[in-house]
Amino acid sequence: MLYAVLCYDAESEVNAWSKELDAKVMADLGAVNQRYAEAGKLGPVARLMPTTAAVTVRKGATDDIIMDGPFAETKEQFLGFFVLDVETLEEAITFARELSAVNPANGTYEVRPLQFFNPGVPIT
Amino acid sequence: MTELAWIDLALTSARPQAMGALLRYFRDLDMAEEAYQEACLRALKTWPDKGPPRDPAAWLIFVGRNSGIDQVRKRARHQPLPPEEMLSDLEDTEGDLADRLDGAHYRDDILRLLFVCCHPDLPATQQIALALRIVSGLSVRQIARAFLVSEAAMEQRITRAKAKIGAAGIGFETPDAVARAERLGIVAAMIYLVFNEGYSAGVPEKADTPFCAEAIRLSRLLLKLFPAEPEIMGLTALLLIQHSRLDARFDKEGQIVLLEDQDRSLWNRALIEEALVLIDKALRHRAPGPFQIQAAIAALHARAPSAAETDWLQIDLLYQGLERLQPSPVVRLNRAVAVSKREGPEAALALIEPLADKLSGYFYFHGLRGGLLKQIGRYDEAREAFDRAIALATTSAEAAHIRQHLDGMQRELAEAGH
Repeated sequence: MLYAVLCYDAESEVNAWSKELDAKVMADLGAVNQRYAEAGKLGPVARLMPTTAAVTVRKGATDDIIMDGPFAETKEQFLGFFVLDVETLEEAITFARELSAVNPANGTYEVRPLQFFNPGVPIT
Repeated sequence: MTELAWIDLALTSARPQAMGALLRYFRDLDMAEEAYQEACLRALKTWPDKGPPRDPAAWLIFVGRNSGIDQVRKRARHQPLPPEEMLSDLEDTEGDLADRLDGAHYRDDILRLLFVCCHPDLPATQQIALALRIVSGLSVRQIARAFLVSEAAMEQRITRAKAKIGAAGIGFETPDAVARAERLGIVAAMIYLVFNEGYSAGVPEKADTPFCAEAIRLSRLLLKLFPAEPEIMGLTALLLIQHSRLDARFDKEGQIVLLEDQDRSLWNRALIEEALVLIDKALRHRAPGPFQIQAAIAALHARAPSAAETDWLQIDLLYQGLERLQPSPVVRLNRAVAVSKREGPEAALALIEPLADKLSGYFYFHGLRGGLLKQIGRYDEAREAFDRAIALATTSAEAAHIRQHLDGMQRELAEAGH
């Protein structure tokens, strides 16, 4: 079963990390990823730029409306995701807990099964 | 990650919002600061046991406000009560408070907090010190060290700045669209000053200066509050690109490495890419401004695979655009660099000679002029210009850089048998 593990956190807090802390967290998360990747269980992983870099496209009455920023102002923001191929939900939860253990922020990981997955072409 | 460390992070990121709201309640910087400190102390006591609150800023505002009210009541026993209008909104319920945090108040609170630090009566150095103390929460010691003054002197400077603001009064009415735009512009300029203070300081002397990172954090905060302001996108992009070169700007001995000589693989690509996205977004608004143009110029440098491949024509055109919006001798001086690359040192020299009066006390003017004179073989004048630059250098790295030019020129002359 394919799962997406979605990372939500207060980006104001993550942005306040020092360069050193940021690098350490990325390395720690990378180590968790590495184990799953070597077991052939980890697909695409992405960290998103701050929401200030985002635009939102919505359907308007006559034309599309393109807005700066994310659609909704929320306390936590969608910051990144991991695609996981594991047998059981338990295993996906274990993965999320391992990520959470090395992440100093107080955010959440949402474990969400995929309904449709198109791996696309390899991009860099 | 220790418990203290995450609490520290949560407090840091909640600070501008909490301080902004407390300033709105108490209408006095010192009272707001005291209330905030008290709330932080309580957070350090209770959060480790109970875990972090869902919304740290709301928690700090609520607790800070209550402790501030206690203080006011205690003082009231010894002195007459302050006029009713001094304390606003004291009867809010917690629910009401939480609602407001999501609303427009929040934007104006933070904007006001930043804005009071930019009072026009305050010299730039005081604006910077105040913003770093009040908004960012840096310690007086950290700020003093970065400004190379004693802690006592910095403490005094901040106290004086606060007194000036107190005397001038702070506008607490909700600003209308025009006033808000004005405030935004002034705050953006202040954030740029904070960044420049860290940027021009240079790594060798103030290696641990947090100013650049703080300025970027404030700029991102402002952009989050005003996501559709192209100039704030431009400001953020500009700071990100300047900051992306941090690791390449100085060599191991702490000497300045010029843009054209920098190892571009040391540039922080993640920051550059975020900046390029912001510039793209800003362009869609078709409302160019000085920060956007400067960011676009910085982006052209960032995009060039090597110094030789820099698009000097575009840079020259952008500087011309900047001159139209914001005519200044410094902009002309910067444009002269692009002109020297496109048309040669004579043309650039002709462009900057008329600036001699206005920029006679400016390090970069004499540095650039010396370099141009050297290129066309006017060595004596070049030496004179370099000497002037060294005399005006504010950091040892700047002076050392000019000395390198001078030494290089001497060597060339010696080899040529002069």
